[in-house]
Order: sequence, then C-alpha cells, then structure tokens
Amino acid sequence: MPAAVTQITVILLLALLACTATTIVRMRDLWAAVMLTGIFSFLGACWMLILDAPDVAFTEAAVGAGIATVLMLGTLALTSREAKPPEHFPILPIAVVVMPGAALVFGTFDMPYFGDPFAPAHSHVMPEYMSDTVPDVRQIESHPGEPQDAHSDEHSDSQRNDSQDRGAHHGVGVPNIITAVLASYRGYDTLGETVVIFTAGIGVLLLLRGRRERRDVEEDGE
Amino acid sequence: MKQHSILRVVAKLLIPFILLFALYVQFHGDYGPGGGFQAGVIFAAGIVLYGLVFGLQAARNVAPPIVMERLIALGVLIYAGTGVAAMFCGGNFLDYSALEYSFLQGSLLERHLPHGQHLGILLVELGVGITVAAVMILIFFSFAGRERSR
Amino acid sequence: MKEILGLYNYWVVIFLMMTGFYIVIARRNLIKKVIGLSIFQISVFLLYITMGKVTGGTAPILPAKHFTTGEDFQTFSNPLPSVLILTAIVVGVATTALALALIVRIHEEYGTIEEDEILEQDREP
Repeated sequence: MPAAVTQITVILLLALLACTATTIVRMRDLWAAVMLTGIFSFLGACWMLILDAPDVAFTEAAVGAGIATVLMLGTLALTSREAKPPEHFPILPIAVVVMPGAALVFGTFDMPYFGDPFAPAHSHVMPEYMSDTVPDVRQIESHPGEPQDAHSDEHSDSQRNDSQDRGAHHGVGVPNIITAVLASYRGYDTLGETVVIFTAGIGVLLLLRGRRERRDVEEDGE
Repeated sequence: MKQHSILRVVAKLLIPFILLFALYVQFHGDYGPGGGFQAGVIFAAGIVLYGLVFGLQAARNVAPPIVMERLIALGVLIYAGTGVAAMFCGGNFLDYSALEYSFLQGSLLERHLPHGQHLGILLVELGVGITVAAVMILIFFSFAGRERSR
Repeated sequence: MKEILGLYNYWVVIFLMMTGFYIVIARRNLIKKVIGLSIFQISVFLLYITMGKVTGGTAPILPAKHFTTGEDFQTFSNPLPSVLILTAIVVGVATTALALALIVRIHEEYGTIEEDEILEQDREP
C-alpha cells in the first residue's frame, strides 16, 4: 500500500518544488519572493523526510523556513522591497543555464537508479560505519576468544569487559548512526564546520555592529 | 505587536515548548534524530519568535548579547577542549575512547556517566549546540537592531 | 519508463539547480541573487539526500522497529549524505547571513541594491 502513495506524494511534492522555483524567478516583489523561498525550503524538507533523512529534514525546516526567512525579511526592512524590472529579454543567461543543465541531464544516464541498494555510494566506508556503530549482540555471544571453563562470575565479568572493549575499540555504541558519524568518525570535520559558523557569526557582528546600531535610549537619536 | 493579542498568547504558549523541544533534540540526539546543529537552530528559533512578538528589547533581556558573544566562543572551546582532554588522557585528538580508560573507569562517576565514546559525543554536540544557538540569536539581533538608512 | 522512474529525481533536482543558477546570473537585484543562491544550495542538498536513499530502507537509527509490524528493520538508508548535508545547511545559513549583512552595508553606502546602479555610481568620479 504505502509504496504507491509515497510515489504519488513525491511526484506532487516535486511538482510543487518546481512551480515554487519558477514563480520565484518571475517574482519582482521581494517580500513575496522571500516567503516563497521559505515555502521552497519547507517543501524540500518534506521530501528529505520521505527520503529517510529526518535529521536533515528538521534542520532544513528550522533553518530554511524559519531563521533564513526571518533574516531575509530583516534585510528587506533595511533595504528595499521591490526589484527593478529587467530591461531586455535574458537570452544569454537562458543559454548559459540550459547548456550545463543539458550536460548534467546527460550525465544522469550513468547514475544508479533511485533507491538502488547497490549504488557505489553505499558500497564504501558506509558499511563499516554501519556495522561498527552498534556492536552486534550475537557476535559477542559467539565470540571465539571467550574463556569456556572460567568461574561463572569471572565469566560474566570478562564478558562485560569484552563488550566494553568492543564498544571502545570498534563501535561508537550510539544508536543514531548520523550522530555517531557526525561527532565521532568525522569529528575533525564537524569541528571545522563549527569554526566556520563561529567565523560567520563574528563576520556579521563586525559588519553590522557600529555607528548605525539602533539605540533604545530615545534622546540618543538625531 | 502590542495589539495582536492572539499572536502574543499563542507565542507565549508555544515558546516554552519550542525551547524544551530544542533541549530534547540536543540531549536525545544519540538515540533519535537530532543533535547539536538542529537543537541550536530550534533554540534560536524560539528566541527569534520571542523577539518578533514581544519586541527586540525583551528578547535582549532574555538573551543578553554580551552573554551570547561569550557563548559563541564557549561552544567552540567545549568542542576543542573535549579533543584536548582526550589527548591528555593518552589518546589522539578527539579520540573519545581515551576518556574512558584514564578517568572514567574505576572512578565514582563511572556509574553515572555514559561510556567514553558516548560521553565524547554528548560533550561535542553540546559545544556545537551552544555555538549554533548563540550565533543565530546574535545574527538576528544585529539585523533587527539595525536602523534603516535614508 | 524504467529510466524515467529511476532518474526523474535527478532531473527535478537539476531543474531546480538551474533555476537557482538562472536567478543568480539573470537578476540584478542583490537580494534576488541571494535567494537564487539559496535555491541552488537547497537543490544540492536534495541531490545528496536523494542519492542516499535505499529502497525499502528506513532512517539510519538503530534499532528501528517497523511502524506497524514491530519487526526490526534490516535495511537502512545511507547516513553519510545526511551527515554531510546536516553541517552544510547550518553553515549555509551562516554564510547567507553574512551575505545579507554585506547587502545591508552596501545599501547604506550606495542607497541601492541594484547591481547596475552600484556599478554606475562606482564609475562616476
């Protein structure tokens, strides 16, 4: 039952995404364009949810439909709401866009089909992450190095140590593989991303802090 | 926004739950979908909603910019500090397993704390969450607190 | 038909990508350009996520029970694209904020956010 329903939902979502994008192109009212961008992010988040990426989906919903929209509206309030109409028919940009688009579509014919479990993307690195993240319980029970003739309390103790060692050496032991990969296997990468956010925050503060900052004390204004 | 009483009441109802959900996403990120990035953004969205409905000054009182500036750096410090702590425990930078052997095992805390990798992930995600939330809130403050020119 | 069903997701994503690209190069308004960039960005995110999907799989969180039958899932979608995109989204909004801050400063200096008017003002001595 759900497969066909999902398929129809996805097709509707994609059609909505395409409609929103084309509407944004034609929009000259920036206010409406910003709101449509928020809707676009939200639709994208819905599709990500269907594609089994709940973490990404609700980050995108919170960021794209929430904070980015608020920031763009804030910018509109500080600048202007209306874009100038284009002077002539944009034949050159259309050509520039259609050519790489056609090349990319041509390139997709070599891509693995949607949902293909044997796609190259799933064959490298990922299986090791998957199998290492949570130690397989059955594997521990039939561990060949287990002492067979030990006392019962010693036995359970060594088993506990063994499973701990497994957790420490091989696996991360966190059920959410995305979190495990993000924070542990790719910890350096995430540190770098955090520093990028830190730097961007400082950049915004440097650009917008200063003489024209609104004072909340009334008599300070001119 | 003083005259929109419906918005004010609904926002008042929603904001505590948004903040609570952010904390849930932060600290439950190892069992369910979630983590520092999401939690930081959701937390910031709660504060931004508060600022939009009740005014910028109210939001600034709740999340003082001077504290937020410190928190930006603190988050990165927690992240990198976890890595350095792992080094002091004898492992590589950001090798959380080292945390387990040198100070968790046999200590009083062992019973109350998750094992090495898990603890490292929680700490690191906390750092990410703090930085992301503080940066987003501060960016909102700087856009909203700017005066229109001309 | 099999090709259409197997590849349509890439085509839609490419269409969205090119729409964003078109906005960036054809529109003179700086805010419109940032909007175009963010559309481009979201379509790249979608491209990655759509490559991570495995048919019959579920979100890569262990142990996952089936919604109705209560059985454990054996197939999971690829978590790697999710990880890459998760960080990219938040970094993306931080850099968008930086771009918007630059636009605000440009508007304060030039009084306009239309690209050709800014260039005109630059050319005048």
